[in-house]
Amino acid sequence: MTPVHSFWSEVLGGGLSGYILLALLLFVIGLATVLIRRSLLVQFMGVELMLNAANVALLAFARFRNGDVRATTFYLFIIAVAACEAAVGLALIVGLYRHRQTTDSDRADALRQ
Amino acid sequence: MPKLLALIPLLPLLGFVSIGLFGRKAGKPAVSCVAVGLVVLSFVLSAAAFRGLADAPGGRIAVEYAEWLSVGDLKVPFGLVFDPLSGLMALVVTGIGALIHLYSVGYMAHEEGYARYFAYLNLFVFFMLTLVLGSSLPLLFVGWEGVGLCSYLLIGYYFETEVASAAGLKAFLANRVGDLGMTIGMMALFAAFGTLTISDILAQAGRLSPEAGFGVLTFATLMLFLGATGKSAQIPLYVWLPDAMAGPTPVSALIHAATMVTAGIFMICRLAPLFQLAPITLTVVAWVGGATALFAATIGLLQRDIKKVLAYSTVSQLGYMFLGLGAGGFAAGFFHLFTHAWFKALLFLGAGSIIMAMHHEQDLFRMGGLKNKLPVTFWTMAIATLCIIGFPGTSGFASKDEILYLAYLKSPALWAMGVAGACCTAFYMARLFTLAFLGEPRDAHAFEQAQESPRTMLLPLAALAAGALLAVFLGWPAAFGGSFRIEHFLEPALAFGRTNALQAPPHEGHPVLLAVISTALALGFAAFGYATYRNGLGAAEARAARFPGLHRLVLAKYYVDEALEATLYAFVRWLGNLMWKLFDVILIDGLGVNGPGVMTAIAGDFTALFQTGRVRNYALGMTLGVLALLFIFLT
Repeated sequence: MTPVHSFWSEVLGGGLSGYILLALLLFVIGLATVLIRRSLLVQFMGVELMLNAANVALLAFARFRNGDVRATTFYLFIIAVAACEAAVGLALIVGLYRHRQTTDSDRADALRQ
Repeated sequence: MPKLLALIPLLPLLGFVSIGLFGRKAGKPAVSCVAVGLVVLSFVLSAAAFRGLADAPGGRIAVEYAEWLSVGDLKVPFGLVFDPLSGLMALVVTGIGALIHLYSVGYMAHEEGYARYFAYLNLFVFFMLTLVLGSSLPLLFVGWEGVGLCSYLLIGYYFETEVASAAGLKAFLANRVGDLGMTIGMMALFAAFGTLTISDILAQAGRLSPEAGFGVLTFATLMLFLGATGKSAQIPLYVWLPDAMAGPTPVSALIHAATMVTAGIFMICRLAPLFQLAPITLTVVAWVGGATALFAATIGLLQRDIKKVLAYSTVSQLGYMFLGLGAGGFAAGFFHLFTHAWFKALLFLGAGSIIMAMHHEQDLFRMGGLKNKLPVTFWTMAIATLCIIGFPGTSGFASKDEILYLAYLKSPALWAMGVAGACCTAFYMARLFTLAFLGEPRDAHAFEQAQESPRTMLLPLAALAAGALLAVFLGWPAAFGGSFRIEHFLEPALAFGRTNALQAPPHEGHPVLLAVISTALALGFAAFGYATYRNGLGAAEARAARFPGLHRLVLAKYYVDEALEATLYAFVRWLGNLMWKLFDVILIDGLGVNGPGVMTAIAGDFTALFQTGRVRNYALGMTLGVLALLFIFLT
């Protein structure tokens, strides 16, 4: 087990752990946004934040593994997929708004019945 | 050729199937032809087999068709046995059965359920013949239950009336009690002998010597006797037979007088060597029979319904048969079965003829003076009445006298009960006869319209009367210079498999003197009955008024039904209610049927709490799930 002081020295010294910690923070913030906020648009931003947290982690791993191409490829794919997902997700939100005049995700609960 | 034996029961079954399937469409004449014709054919075959008995090896024809049951050590074949006992019984069933079928053609002519009636009647003959001819106890039991079913169906023939369906149910339930004993008895026999084939049981039993104390044989035979009390309406299970009169009169004649109710006697005769090894059982049989003979006869004294009188008379006469069996006179008991079948069937059919002439009037107090209106019925009924009261020279005299003599050898008290019963019999038969045929008509309107029955009904009456008279030649008692031929004739069947000769009961005492006493008493009571009712009901009412308490007690049939209603039935109903509420409502309905449904509903309501429809909640669940998975896989 790595001693605590060496962990923080690595973080502050620009080591891999710092990037991972950043990615983790971004991911948790995104997750909290999705879980706590009721506006679909904001939740959607949270989802994007989580995606990009994953990207940060991927790029950090690529960097610290001597520019591993596979991680970089994954990152590019995620950017592309996220773009499509953003288009589809925004379209869904617009569609919902047209039907319900709201973007409150809690009011889109018709499936409960 | 012996294989053709199966045709004897199968022909009536064919009748049942064909009438049951096509009877309604085919019309009444076709139904009558098939129903009567097949039973007559069955009778002819029985008679042919009966003639063949003389040449058959060992005096019996036994055919095994196939294996029926084979479970572990239990092996039961499909087999029929035609020996003097079952042969004579088969002749009674098919012979009297055919006559009653013929009678029914006239009696039931205007009934709606004509085809249904004859289908059941044919089915009854089939089951009765299975009972009689079956080579093993299970096969006998199939017939035993089958005749019970037909009895139920035919008692409830007028099922639209509540009385009839309730009577059918009562008969069925009373028989269930007896049948339980019957099954327990069979199990005990299987445990003792390892087989249920009658001839094997008897062959093994023949090597045993009589039990001194209470053993498995005593237990088994007592249980079988319990079955017999149910089927043959003895104390304590006799209550169903009087109610069974709700069925059509020919059914009462065939099933509840001549054949089915004698199945208990037949069964005991079939297993006679076994019962002889259990002296305790025989004593019980004798006392139950004697008590029933007297008890039922006293109830018969005051009944107003002509069929009820005959029903109690049947119970009483069956008691005599058991008395004879219990006294060790298996041939005597069976001989009384034989003679009784003729004259009691005749009495019932005669009663049916009267009832029909009176437009379904069964109340004796409304009849009277029918002698000239119904001459054939009058004369045939006269013959039957003389037989049943034991007029010297008649078949009833011969058989009852033999039983009473054997009862005297067993215990003079039994003889006294038998004679008292015979006096009651003489009185109520004289009463019935006087009220129906003699004196002044009490219902002028019905009397005017009364006319003799059609020929299809009179022919059976005449044939049965002839049979009742001729039956005497089969067993004129030795005490009166006869040879009691039936005993010698039945010997191979009644002593089947016996190797150690049982000494015959000592013929001592004064059989002639006993017979003279009992017959004189019976005739005296018959004359008393005639004198009482000759001039209408006045004399009887005056006499009854002198013993109001006793009169009311006997008129109410000793309150047996009421007492049973208050105790046993109430208890059973209470138990049934308890079982219903505890097992049915709570356990089966509650836990068994509704339980899973309620559980599912509760589980559904619970899990529905998670189905909020809110994306955030699902996302939280997903997150927690992923965290849990991470926790599991990363530690």
